[in-house]
Amino acid sequence: MLTRFTGNRLVGGVALAAGVALAAMSSISVAYAAEQAAASGVKDVAPAMRRISSDQYTNIVAAVFGPTIKVGGRFEPDIREGGLFAVGASKVSVSATGIEQYHALARSVAAQVVDDRRRDTLIPCRPASTKAADDMCARQFLAKTGRLLYRRPLTNAELEARVAAAGASATKLGNFYAGLQASLTAMLVSPQFLFRHVALEADPAHPGGMRMDGYTKAAQLSFFLWDSAPDIELLNAAENGDLHTRKGLEKQVDRLLASRKLETGVRALFEDMLRFDEFSTLAKDTAIYPKFTIQAVADAREQTLRTIVDHLLVRRGDYRDLYTTRHTFLTPTLGTIYAVPVADDPLSANGTADAWTPYEFAANDPRGVGIISQVGFLALHSHPGRSSPTLRGKALREVVLCQRVPDPPGDVNFTLVQNTSDKVHRTARERLGAHATEPMCSGCHKLTDPMGYALESFDSDGAFRSTENGAKIDTTGVLDGIAFADAPGLGRAVHDNPQTVSCLVDRVYAYGAGRPIAKAEREQTQALAKDFAKDGYRLPDLLRHVATSDAFYRVAP
Amino acid sequence: MIPINNIARRRVLRGMFGGAAVSVGLPFLDCFLNNNGAALANGQEMPVCFGTWFQGLGFSQGFWEPKTLGANYEFGPHLKALAPYRDKINIFTGMKVFLDGHPLQVHRPGPQAAFQGGIPTGAEPPSIDQLIADVIGTRARYRSIEVSCHGSAASFSRRSAGSINPSETSPVALYTRIFGPDFRDPNAAEFTPDPEVMVRRSVLSVITDERNALSTTLGAADRARMDEYFTSLRELEQQLELQLQKPAPLAACTVPNKPDEITTGTVIDDALQTNKLFSGLLAHALACGQTNVINVEFGGTASDLRKPGNPQTFHIYSHEEAIDPQLGYQPTVAWFQQQCVDGFATTLKALDSIREGDGTLLDRVLLYYSTDHGVARVHGLDNMPMMTAGRAGNRLKTGMHLQANADTVTRVGLTLQQAYGVPVSAWGSESNRTSKPFTELLA
Repeated sequence: MLTRFTGNRLVGGVALAAGVALAAMSSISVAYAAEQAAASGVKDVAPAMRRISSDQYTNIVAAVFGPTIKVGGRFEPDIREGGLFAVGASKVSVSATGIEQYHALARSVAAQVVDDRRRDTLIPCRPASTKAADDMCARQFLAKTGRLLYRRPLTNAELEARVAAAGASATKLGNFYAGLQASLTAMLVSPQFLFRHVALEADPAHPGGMRMDGYTKAAQLSFFLWDSAPDIELLNAAENGDLHTRKGLEKQVDRLLASRKLETGVRALFEDMLRFDEFSTLAKDTAIYPKFTIQAVADAREQTLRTIVDHLLVRRGDYRDLYTTRHTFLTPTLGTIYAVPVADDPLSANGTADAWTPYEFAANDPRGVGIISQVGFLALHSHPGRSSPTLRGKALREVVLCQRVPDPPGDVNFTLVQNTSDKVHRTARERLGAHATEPMCSGCHKLTDPMGYALESFDSDGAFRSTENGAKIDTTGVLDGIAFADAPGLGRAVHDNPQTVSCLVDRVYAYGAGRPIAKAEREQTQALAKDFAKDGYRLPDLLRHVATSDAFYRVAP
Repeated sequence: MIPINNIARRRVLRGMFGGAAVSVGLPFLDCFLNNNGAALANGQEMPVCFGTWFQGLGFSQGFWEPKTLGANYEFGPHLKALAPYRDKINIFTGMKVFLDGHPLQVHRPGPQAAFQGGIPTGAEPPSIDQLIADVIGTRARYRSIEVSCHGSAASFSRRSAGSINPSETSPVALYTRIFGPDFRDPNAAEFTPDPEVMVRRSVLSVITDERNALSTTLGAADRARMDEYFTSLRELEQQLELQLQKPAPLAACTVPNKPDEITTGTVIDDALQTNKLFSGLLAHALACGQTNVINVEFGGTASDLRKPGNPQTFHIYSHEEAIDPQLGYQPTVAWFQQQCVDGFATTLKALDSIREGDGTLLDRVLLYYSTDHGVARVHGLDNMPMMTAGRAGNRLKTGMHLQANADTVTRVGLTLQQAYGVPVSAWGSESNRTSKPFTELLA
């Protein structure tokens, strides 16, 4: 049993199953414990420490210091693993160029926090002299801020080191606030802030086993539901041990689910799952698609996210209906692509953003049915100059159904497929059909193309069309044995496909846990899927089930 | 190379710990440089520099290769733009990437083999620029600088899969990063260490002091990631320390003008303009001792470069355009390729136009050129175009055409590492592993 009393918190009380004796330390990670457990024959799977994402960085800065603090600059590139950045975050570190960027960001944030306009609100005390060190005031600020940034109280040693750094810097520069700024900069560059560490303690409910400590639980919960660090109330619940009781945990989960910040969390979940980061490099040639402007790219992304938030959170709709819903939101820019009139709202015509208007496509309208018929999905999974049944089918398989489509083999001649001026094979279906007769190609194209054909009634920019090169487009297709005539039919097939639901459950769980689902967790996710069905496929209920489950916080799944 | 800054650094640091900013009066430039500016006055070498230059989709087979071997070769017709630099360029033909039964993740194995020595099967090995930076990059303000000319922050430069150095995409941002307020002109007459930089440097010790407490609680994989973090942090500390030292004067160092904001992206004209601005800034950065290692990505793998007003990308053309029976190549593809060659020539020109003594900056730099496919049309990995440009401080013989017999591309990378003093006798993985450098090039 390792214990160390630090300030008002007992950190890292650990009893290892294997009874491994360790030197005194402040906390122990799951991975380390797993190694120790594995060494003694206990099978274990563990979450690793996770680097916080650029959005999480921004969200935390806004929550701790207010939304007026500008967070500008480049972040390290994320890595997607198992379909999610949230899982890749367990693999990445910080490069030399990356830390230079984090340092620049930290300096900029810290300078804004202590500037003349904000210091009186953000710093809870005034120094005796602005020209000299003031340890007492620095300690007050750094303890309060450090708890929020590190998602746990600072140990005495940590706090005193930071107070001393602020003091020495203030003396050197002859300015209390410049000293505080320097110390805060170091805090924001620290691995304690940039990575989410996992601290464990003995699990009384599973003698010999371990569980996350309260602060780790709090972070697991808030990053999952808010895409941000715990707030003061959640940290207090962790400190009081409330998160280890069912009642206390449920109370906090319900509070987080009821918060407006849930929208931020749900947006982050779907942006990750639907790979919306790819919008940042999406462009069409405006000579062919003059309506597909930079504004259209931004609006297309936002349209799908708005539809998701409105359907899943505001209306508490059935998740499967996301693929059939005719209800969405449009801007005048998107209206030109969908070819529907959208009135420009004069109140918001300030030159900065388009106005959003709720819009319902008519029951027999082949456009805008479900999120895979929206401009965002269609344009994202197309070539810059033409649509692609293969890319769209592949994205549907991988993103919506969690299936893996193999890479194409080497030495393939693509000439036939890509010659859009081919007089014989005028539509994509004809060109791909000729290409897919080759046995080495047909296997994968059978997976992707039959579902992608239904979306051929949408051009690369998402605009509706009924012909290609003068030939009528055949939109019939098949998904896992279910035949359909057009895009709305595909939407219904996706809606009815059991993998649509199991994929979401798996993604949500892996997103929260930050690791791929282990075999031993299958039972858990299947049970979650059953509950999800019982609850009418309401996302908030699924989030609640995950967030209140023991398995989500246990070390061994 | 001898670390020329050590003495000055100690002096400055003593001054710093003494508590007051130190003003260091400087001798004139000619006290530090020899007569022609090609070496420092005490006879020490100027720093030797390294770079990579990448373009996707290669060249048209049969139109880039020289017809004769050895010295005095003539470039194939599609590489004519490089002719002015022929004597500083080595060109390699007959190089290959072996797949060893791995699925062809199209466009990826080429750069993986050229930069990382093979197709990673487990943990990703560091890229060659970082291996060489370990030897030559540690005494410069930036260990390496990465730029991309096509609007993407992607980069091949990495310590591991989890530690990728992102590319700068904006010349203005790069200018500010290098020549902004934190730039210390090596030729300035006065040098005063900035107390703010001293503070920035010293507060970081709060983090490093906690390293042990932090790392001992982690499992092996996380510990390795934390080690990468602390390696990066150490580099940041060194960067700040260097800003506190009187830099060695560099006669060829001049501060460039701040570039105008330009449109960046995949339109070829934008990429060429971005490359031109980046090349100028990087040449000045090298001449001013700000870095010794640069990485330029002109176009990405599966290059998305395109002509203005045309939706088809270079990549799409590479697969779909028919070979013109009269010409013997894909005409639009060849046009794109020649734009890339022009881009490479622009970078070489920027380096070669900075005079240093009797020679130019390009004489102490070497750029390693590579691409993703030998025959992009069918994702072929044979006859991969490879070049080196620059003399690397005479560590390499140049002006040669070398022909390999389907040898792995890693032979070039191994040769370069040995030329730069990386202690390595074999490099690469599986069939792409080699212990055969081009000994005929090693000086």
